[in-house]
Amino acid sequence: MYAWIWRHLPGERLRTKALAALALAAVVVALLWYVVFPWLEPKVQFDHGVVDGPTPSASASPHR
Amino acid sequence: MRTLIRGLGELCITAGLVLLLFVAYELWGTGRYTREQQDRLGKELTKAWQAPAVTTEKVKLGRGLALIRIPKLGRDYRYVIVEGVTRADLRKGPGHYPGTAMPGEVGNFVVSGHRTTYSAPFNRIGELRRGDRILIDTRRRQFVYQVTGRRIVEPDDVEVIAPVPNHPRRRPTERLITLTTCHPKYSAAERLIVHGRLVETRERVAAPTSPQAAD
Repeated sequence: MYAWIWRHLPGERLRTKALAALALAAVVVALLWYVVFPWLEPKVQFDHGVVDGPTPSASASPHR
Repeated sequence: MRTLIRGLGELCITAGLVLLLFVAYELWGTGRYTREQQDRLGKELTKAWQAPAVTTEKVKLGRGLALIRIPKLGRDYRYVIVEGVTRADLRKGPGHYPGTAMPGEVGNFVVSGHRTTYSAPFNRIGELRRGDRILIDTRRRQFVYQVTGRRIVEPDDVEVIAPVPNHPRRRPTERLITLTTCHPKYSAAERLIVHGRLVETRERVAAPTSPQAAD
């Protein structure tokens, strides 16, 4: 996979190729950080500080 | 065959890197959303407080309710408390359990917040000791609570948020505050509970000293 990408990167010299690779990596990271993760994050929740009954997040009636 | 195995290995490494990045996002990236929401809620709240009071004022779910400040955790420690404790509410900031007492009322004013992720408002409430002050600002008054104790309970231990903590049947006579958050850090296995009692009620200073609220 990475070898294939490397072969298809633009540029003749090693330096331009390395720069293109860095730019590509930066784009992927930005896409994950600003688009994919904000969409994915609310769907998985690790930290929920509510005291509640057996069903977390159904917290409209904490008194039972 | 070799290409296949190599491809598989590269995929695994990539997945690992993406997961690491996701952990970093959880811890530091999610705060951006909370900061935006806190700014918005803070402005809404200041505006609402400047407007004349309506006789039947009722806080809506997901809206700002009061300000919490804890001097021990720094001069800038200041969050808008949201009404509601659903996941969506707690992403915006600390949340007040609907149905529990309002600030300054007889009973238990219960606030829950994230210990990590989403700006981690309650990250350091474990450092609170007996006697530390928790300040709650509402439209007219500032309620000064003093920490009375701290404990660690199971996640389903709802008795700690009863009007009289640990005595769900008893009628409340005292004005209490309870903060709840996750314990230990980065886990949700238990809950850290901080109890406090109202010691003073005073007029809220019109313009809080922090620069954010001044605009």
